[in-house]
Amino acid sequence: MEEINLKEMKDLVLNYVINEYIEDEDETITYDTPLISSGYVDSFSMVSLLVFLENKFKIKIPPNKATPEAFDSVNSIVSLVSQHLK
Amino acid sequence: MVKSISSMQDLDTFEERLKNFSWSLAENELEYKKGNVINIGWYCSDRICLKGKADKIALYYEGFGGVEKKYTFNDIRLAGNTIGTFLRKLGVKNEDRVCLFMDRIPELYLSFLGVLKTGAIVQPLFSAFGEESLFVRLENAQTRAIITQRKHLPKIRKIIDSLPHLEFIIIVDHNKMKSLENKEVAFSLEESIPVENIEVFPTVAESPSVLHYTSGTTGQPKGVKHVHYSLISQYLTTKWILDLQDDDIYWCTADPGWVTGTSYGIIGPWSLGITQCVLDTGFSAHAWYKFIEKYRITMWYSAPTAIRSLMKAGDEIIKEFDLSSLRHLASVGEPLNSEAVIWSEKIFGKPFLDTFWQTETGSIMITNFPGMKIKPGSMGKPFPGIIGVVLDPETFQPIIEPGKIGLIAFKPGWPSMMRSYWNNEEKYREKFVNGWYLSGDKASIDTEGYFWFVGRDDDVINTGGHLVSPFEVESALLEHPAVGESAVVAKPDEVNMEVVKAFITLKPGFTPGPDLELEIMNFIRKKLSPLAMPQDIEYMEKLPKTRSGKIMRRLLHAKEWGEDIGDISTLEND
Repeated sequence: MEEINLKEMKDLVLNYVINEYIEDEDETITYDTPLISSGYVDSFSMVSLLVFLENKFKIKIPPNKATPEAFDSVNSIVSLVSQHLK
Repeated sequence: MVKSISSMQDLDTFEERLKNFSWSLAENELEYKKGNVINIGWYCSDRICLKGKADKIALYYEGFGGVEKKYTFNDIRLAGNTIGTFLRKLGVKNEDRVCLFMDRIPELYLSFLGVLKTGAIVQPLFSAFGEESLFVRLENAQTRAIITQRKHLPKIRKIIDSLPHLEFIIIVDHNKMKSLENKEVAFSLEESIPVENIEVFPTVAESPSVLHYTSGTTGQPKGVKHVHYSLISQYLTTKWILDLQDDDIYWCTADPGWVTGTSYGIIGPWSLGITQCVLDTGFSAHAWYKFIEKYRITMWYSAPTAIRSLMKAGDEIIKEFDLSSLRHLASVGEPLNSEAVIWSEKIFGKPFLDTFWQTETGSIMITNFPGMKIKPGSMGKPFPGIIGVVLDPETFQPIIEPGKIGLIAFKPGWPSMMRSYWNNEEKYREKFVNGWYLSGDKASIDTEGYFWFVGRDDDVINTGGHLVSPFEVESALLEHPAVGESAVVAKPDEVNMEVVKAFITLKPGFTPGPDLELEIMNFIRKKLSPLAMPQDIEYMEKLPKTRSGKIMRRLLHAKEWGEDIGDISTLEND
């Protein structure tokens, strides 16, 4: 995939999360907002978020790394993705 | 004369409990006599206050971000009165259906009482449902009012014009800066003047109380109608199986959008005057253990999926918390594997006791309970007063031979048995054969009378303890522009037991690929619910069909589970 910097990566994930999972338009979601532990993204929906990341960044995240903790904020997600980018 | 038993600990054996059992035991304790008024809303609040527990905490609530609230039994009595009065002023009447479509916020629990006090029927729905799942349930029930939060309004606004019976959308957290749309009404419990007295509707034993929806293999979801007399079963099973004592702090992790969350997350504990806790956040092992430690929870009723998720989080994390308050654990929703029972004994010093029941049964039917020898992996034995058997699938006669697999069935007549499927008499009748209620699950019984779960007798998918209809998902998939044909089956899953897997063919002009897979997953998630979203989609050139053109779901299921595909003589050839 083409070069993408950290900020762009965070915005990409943040926009996807807001568009796909946040129902209340009044909610403010930032890079640090807890997603799983807050209930914004439930454990079933986490699977679609995983598929998005794998598709978008052309990576494979092992099941044991795709934990609720690793998916709990845009920052932690991007950190996880970065570890798997070639 | 049946003696009053304050606790399961007072009796030693299962056989002892069976002796002279009568549901009148619960009737006597609840001071209910045949023909009397019986209203669950009143029993769970007013009666507890009259028993001298008005100042006892009924609910400790914790939301995300440290939001904490607490309510005494007098508070929940007043809240029920206030909500009930508001509904009556709107014009909500006896037996109108009032949907509760909220996250696990206090208003959900308090509205449950308020609706029942008016004589209306509570229709709780899981707040993660997408607009189509919501629509079919509201349309089927001809729901007159829905109580919700503003975050769920977008889904309701999309379907409101197609629901002529839905007259009131009541928003409990309306933002005054925003305008209300068609049929929307704002209601704030905190800003309302508490109503000291309400004329509780004089419901009787057979008056409808709660309408829960459940999925089957075919057709739309069915509305399971319960009545106020269900209290008798829910009270006694809570007392005996969950073994709740006056000083217990109880945590039922189920969402009241599902039957466990109402039978044992509202009715059971509050009719006993028990303090309960609610945690309204997403799952995390850390948050859950912290919650138990903070509130000194003594009785914990959870689900195998959650237990397996905790197991997955590891044992190290547990050392950070003081969980010594826990004295009794139970589980519901799907079979509890023996590894989980053994793990909980090792970690908590006590096993999770498995309980088996369904939306239709309204209360626990087969169970392990305190004082009983536990066989890890077994469902236990029928609760006293429940006649449970396994039936031969051909003759529908009870199987006597130990270990032989049959259909789990019950002799009708327990107090909390469903009274009908809403507007679907035919489906209701299909649940009874030879005088037995068919559960739709299979099991065997061993030489000591313990039941051992085998699986579903149909294609319904049990994911994380929730039933998903393959038909509903297949139908929704066909609404996606790229999908030509679809077949949906259960796929084994380490944590959720089963998840949804879809096999699809594409219409001409569409190309299979990961982006389309994600698009279809999200399409189903939003339309139905996250539970119904296929966690795996497999593209097929064609689906296996019989010569008459019927999709052979059985073959796809066998493929996923590594089972013998059986007779394929009817399979269509090229």
